[in-house]
Order: sequence, then structure tokens, then C-alpha cells
Amino acid sequence: MNAAEETEFCIEFRGTEFRIAERAILKSFSLAVRRGETLVLLGRSGSGKTTALKLVNRLLEPSAGEVRVEGRSTLEWDPIRLRRGIGYVIQEAGLFPHFTVARNIALVPQLENWRQERTGARVEELLCIVGLDPAQFAGRYPHQLSGGQRQRVGVARALAADPPILLMDEPFGALDALTRAEIQHEFLDLQQRLRKTIVFVTHDVREALLVGTRIALLAAGALVGIYSPQQFLCATEPMAAAYVAAVREDVMRQPSAKRGAP
Amino acid sequence: MNFIQFFLAHRTEILQASMEHLWLVFISMLLAIVAGVPLGIAITRKPWLSKPILGSANVAETIPSLALFGFLLPVPWLGARADRLAIVALAMYALLPIIRNTVAGIQGIDPTVRDAARAMGMTGRQILFRVELPLSLPVLLAGIRVATVWTVGIATIAAAIGAGGLGEFIFRGLAMVDNRVILEGAIPAAIMALAADVGIGMLERRLRHPR
Repeated sequence: MNAAEETEFCIEFRGTEFRIAERAILKSFSLAVRRGETLVLLGRSGSGKTTALKLVNRLLEPSAGEVRVEGRSTLEWDPIRLRRGIGYVIQEAGLFPHFTVARNIALVPQLENWRQERTGARVEELLCIVGLDPAQFAGRYPHQLSGGQRQRVGVARALAADPPILLMDEPFGALDALTRAEIQHEFLDLQQRLRKTIVFVTHDVREALLVGTRIALLAAGALVGIYSPQQFLCATEPMAAAYVAAVREDVMRQPSAKRGAP
Repeated sequence: MNFIQFFLAHRTEILQASMEHLWLVFISMLLAIVAGVPLGIAITRKPWLSKPILGSANVAETIPSLALFGFLLPVPWLGARADRLAIVALAMYALLPIIRNTVAGIQGIDPTVRDAARAMGMTGRQILFRVELPLSLPVLLAGIRVATVWTVGIATIAAAIGAGGLGEFIFRGLAMVDNRVILEGAIPAAIMALAADVGIGMLERRLRHPR
């Protein structure tokens, strides 16, 4: 049974703690991410969700407990190998300002010494996947793109070497509402096709309900609970309920003409 | 005899002194860059190095140049040749702005870019050479520009210990109480400093990446 579990869970936090100077950012955190699911880490800023994410690709190392990726503790992995197998998308994309779009996307393939033609073909393919015309965008620099376009390039870069795992840290947080809605739906379509294991950090409940197959709620560095989107909507746990109430209230506050219709 | 004629009469001498001057500046800047950039990088990696390194560079900066030339005179290998000594002293002056700007340039990089680079699985060396150094180059060049302009000026004083250069005219002019001779050294030195300022400044602007 143990062996079966090892393969089902792609990423596993086991009693993971992370402290900075005795201050616990993450405490006794245990959570398993299933292969092919989109697990959302939901919480306020300071709840430890970004820290949890950075423990997965060993940008941070646990103070106690462990994080297992593909059944192996992150500390047993060679950090370079580990990271090249995990895509990482962050807010504002974190693109290299001195590289063109094409070079940004080609980064990991180049580090992995792919042949030039293969890299070039992959860059074109990825630009098409994220909805950017290669002829138009490959040669541009990040500052010549809109926020939504930069974010698309960020996703393409993370997917470049086809890693089985994607970590996304508020990837759409800096976008305007319309662009965000558009890119969220594109993301869902993409995930339908690619079936990556995704850990998605957000503070936006709507986004969590939309993209998540499961939602892990965090508060003050501890796990409050794990819910499916349906369970989350009718959760009795006070904090989850508060989140849901906030969304409901927003909807209710719309002009009475709309509400009045039976 | 007016000044222009006077100047033209000495043109070969002035040209030769200018070349000596340029040589002094070029070699000392090269030395300062080769030493300063790695020291700056070391500070960004090990912050505790900041105090000792920047502190010593700061102290070197506060020693009056004439005194520094004097202090270095008894040093065995250095004192043997005046130009050798001048180059080391000039490099010591140029060190501070170069170290400081290397540090400022690297620390000024958007932390999300460095995070992204690490998360992509770049090694420390790859991050340094492909991300940090290219992105900090404009700030580093600003430091080199300031240091070069200073060095052109301070190098005139190297003539006091017999290292040659345009300072020869200035000291000779002072001794002869002849302003024309002083200007024969001062004007080419000023032009050289301006040219360095404008030239490196242009390079800096070309390399600046808009965000």
C-alpha cells in the first residue's frame, strides 16, 4: 500500500516547519499533492503559502520535517536537477529584462544543452500554446510587452522543458480584472490538455474556486483544512466560511434590479 | 609669442606626455577593475566582508595623493620604478567607486529576477555571468566612469615622483611661474577627462535596459 501511495503523491509535505530566527513561518505542515491535480494554497499575505511553495523547489530548506518530491526528500535531490524538473511562475513573471522573449523561454532548454533547432521549435510551439504569435513576439524584450503578455511568456518559460510539476505564485495577481479572467480560462484549457501537477498560490478566493481541484486553506503558517471547491463553498470552518461570505456579499451588493429578478 | 604658437611649438612633447598619461590611467584602471569587480562580487556573496573591504578602500581614498605616493616609495618592488608606483597608487584610488558600484549594481537587481534564475535551475556561476553581471553593467560602468575621470586628474600629480605624464608640464610651469606651461599640461588633461566621461557615459546609456 505504501508503494502505491508513493506514486500517487507527487509532492508531499511531512511535518514541515520553516523558521527564520525562531519565528515560525510554517509550522508542522503536512499535505500531499496528487499527480495531475491543481492544488491551491489559499491564505492572506503572511500565511506562509509562498514559503510552502519555495520549499518544494528548495529555494528554501525546511527547518524541521521534510518535503518529498517524487518520493525523495528535497534535501536528497541535487537542487539544480530538482529545479530544472519543476516549472516556476511568479507574479510580474520575473522575466529576464536583458533577454528577448525567445531567449527567456529557451533558458532551461539551453541550460540542458538542447540542440538549437529543437530549442527553436519548442519556443515557437510554446508561444503558440500560450496564444502569442511567434513572428510578432519572439524578438521582443519584456518591457515591450503588456502585463498579460509577460505573464503568458512566464508560463511558456516554465513549461519549456516540459516539467511534470508547476509551481505558480500568484501568477495572475498583477493583471487587470478582464485580462486576469481571460488568462485564467486559458490556463484551465491548458491544464486540461497538459495534466501537470500544479501547486497554485493565491489570496483570491474566486481564483481558488475556479482553478483548483482542491483548496488548502492556510492561516498564520498552519494548515486550516483541505477542501474541494464544492466542500469549500459550504464549509463550516469559520475562516473558510468568512471567505465564502465575502464572495457572496460582493455578488449580493450588485444593483437591486439584477437581484430583484426571481 | 601667443599661446597657440607656444602650444604648437611644443606639440611633440605634449603628445608624448599625453600618451604617457593615457598609459598610466589605462593600466591603473585595468588593475582597479580586475581587483575591484571580484571584491564587489565577494561582498554581495558574503555581506560580512563589506566592512573590511569597503573600509580599507575608504581609508585609501582619504590619504592625500601626494602623501600616498610618498608612503609607497619605500615599498621594495614598487619603489624601484616611479611609473610602477604611480599605477598602484592610482589603482588604489579607483578601487572604491568600482567596488561600491559593483555591489550597488548587483544588489539593485529585482529580487524576483534572481529568484526566477535560481528556480530555473541555474548554477551560481550561471546566475553571476548570465544574469547579475549583464544586468548590473550600466551601474558598474558609472563607477568606472567616475573613477577614470578622477584618475586622469590625480595622475598629473604622479609627475611629482617622476612618473611622467601631463603633470610634468604643470610642475614645470609652477616652478617657472609660467601659466602657459601649466596650461600645456592642464588643457590636454581636462580634454582627456571630458572624453572619458562622455565616452563611457555613452556606452552606459546604450547598455541600460529599460524595465
